[in-house]
Amino acid sequence: MSRTLAQKVWDAHVVAKSEGEPDLLYIDLHLLHEVTSPQAFDGLRLAGRKVRRPDLTIATEDHNTPTDNLLTISDPVSRTQIETLRKNCAEFGVRLHPLGDPIQGVVHVMGPQQGLTQPGMTIVCGDSHTSTHGAFGALAFGIGTSEVEHVLATQTLQQAVPKQMAVTVTGELPADVTAKDLILALITKVGTGGGRGYVVEYRGSAIEKLSMEGRMTVSNMSIEWGAKAGLIAPDETTFAWLEGRPFAPTGAQWDAAVAYWRTLPTDPGAHFDTEVHLDASSLTPFVTWGTNPGQGAPLGDVVPDPESFGTEAERAAARRAVEYMDLRPGTALRDVAVDVVFLGSCTNGRMEDLRLAASVLRGRKVAEGVRMLVVPGSAQVRAEAEEEGLHEIFTAAGAEWRFAGCSMCLGMNPDTLKPGERAASTSNRNFEGRQGKGGRTHLVSPAVAAATAVRGRLSAPADL
Amino acid sequence: MEKFSAHIGTAVPLRRSNVDTDQIIPAVFLKRVTRTGFEDGLFSAWREDPEFVLNNPAYAGATVLVAGPEFGTGSSREHAVWALLDYGFRVVISPRYGDIFRGNSLKQGLLTVELPQEAVEQLWDRVEADPAMAVEIDLVAREVRCAGLVWPFALDDFSRWRLLEGLDDIGLTLRHADSISAFETTRPSFGVVVN
Ligand code: SF4
Repeated sequence: MSRTLAQKVWDAHVVAKSEGEPDLLYIDLHLLHEVTSPQAFDGLRLAGRKVRRPDLTIATEDHNTPTDNLLTISDPVSRTQIETLRKNCAEFGVRLHPLGDPIQGVVHVMGPQQGLTQPGMTIVCGDSHTSTHGAFGALAFGIGTSEVEHVLATQTLQQAVPKQMAVTVTGELPADVTAKDLILALITKVGTGGGRGYVVEYRGSAIEKLSMEGRMTVSNMSIEWGAKAGLIAPDETTFAWLEGRPFAPTGAQWDAAVAYWRTLPTDPGAHFDTEVHLDASSLTPFVTWGTNPGQGAPLGDVVPDPESFGTEAERAAARRAVEYMDLRPGTALRDVAVDVVFLGSCTNGRMEDLRLAASVLRGRKVAEGVRMLVVPGSAQVRAEAEEEGLHEIFTAAGAEWRFAGCSMCLGMNPDTLKPGERAASTSNRNFEGRQGKGGRTHLVSPAVAAATAVRGRLSAPADL
Repeated sequence: MEKFSAHIGTAVPLRRSNVDTDQIIPAVFLKRVTRTGFEDGLFSAWREDPEFVLNNPAYAGATVLVAGPEFGTGSSREHAVWALLDYGFRVVISPRYGDIFRGNSLKQGLLTVELPQEAVEQLWDRVEADPAMAVEIDLVAREVRCAGLVWPFALDDFSRWRLLEGLDDIGLTLRHADSISAFETTRPSFGVVVN
């Protein structure tokens, strides 16, 4: 029978199937970080259980770590959480890449970069943006702390079979339009609940042409429209990216792996429960104006009139959003001035993102009164960027060159917006207060972030 | 997990959609390593506003939260469920939930009921008219009842059974310990091993 990519990965991991119960799926890789794991380890201790497969489990520190230095975590509560992870990993025999380690970084940047993320795998993490790893054709999704404990104890998860959706993106992205614009435009089209209950496969010519970084940006934001996971079929781009990475197979094992990976793409005629189409060639730089990722518009548009939305729920949400964002309907988005620009996160904190932003900033200055933070997604991204001299471009422009971590993506460490401050951010969530209490967030691509830093208002490179 | 079969309590109308997990509990409260005491983080930014519905004394002691669609979207933080439970909520009613939040809630014994938007709006109107009105959530019959009205709701049999019995997932899975071990012998040799 014809099957989708996701169904093939699913079927290959079913440990037990019983009528009226969810399937029991085997998990190939479990990623851990400091925030969602302490209570799970406590649960194990209470029940006298061990980590079943420490060899399939790996941890890093990212959410709470400082990005202005590698030595001092000034907030004692954050420090305790980091220390708790270190103690737990030592006690249960889990490999940890702590702050200061050359591999440390945002868990969804680190994993792929090390070659830990491979096609056909099942990957989970106590973090909703685990969907990122779907870019490699892995079935990857976020889980809660109870499930983290469950995977630690059993290396499996109970999962109900999801529905299948195809998102077909035809055409080609115009110059200056990135994977981030594509996914933001998609979410505005389908809404924040549009993918609920589905595992999604992104496909079509525009997806095939994306780099691995671009694919990760797209898969990363699957959860922002409610999808359980967002997969992309592995192809030559995937294999070329993986080959030679520390955890990638080598020699005959590599050949065996590639041969298997080539069997994974969706069979012709496989059934999807729903299909969505998008034409990439019609897209332009895209930004959000509201407080959920589905409240977006082309950069060339104006702040919409809340009364123009179709349903009362949408109108109420839009009214609240423009009020919180302190925007007036009808204002050109290009006239919206920002205080802060954040370049980083598991959405856009990779080499390609930094290169793109640096190419815009080269020989230019960050506008007077604007603060720009550049936070590499991992210590290795930081090292590679320094090798290429990107950090010099950023600092010459007046941006801050920081250490790796989640940073202002969620403002758990000291990198936060002050109340009332407005940011253009390459991260994935523009929720109220996400980047700091009272802060206002516009989600943008790295190219728009860099151009916005220069002009001080939401801008694309073409505006410079 | 405690067993859950039915609950009767008063309700709070939260007339908002897209109540994401960052609103339910902001990231600053996620630095803790303990499992209890998250009630202070619940809607902490909104609770600073004296007009916010949870600050209305008429709804003190309510145990049922009635919210708009897309409740619990966003992050995987189970802290959102802990905060609702620690504050005293036993049931949330909304037309639609974020998937991870829904899964987390059902694992923790917080019953998340899906009712259509019209039912939620009727509940909002009635609760606002009479905050002392009792709302009954019957998991056995899969019904919400109040003021003579009855709304059936859907919940898969497995989740319902787990809630009714108060079962621990890890214990359930360990019934399959032999299958897990057998599966492990079949995994491909090129698979990732981190140690
Ligand atoms: S960078 Fe942001 S979205 Fe990604 S894992 Fe960190 S906090 Fe979550």
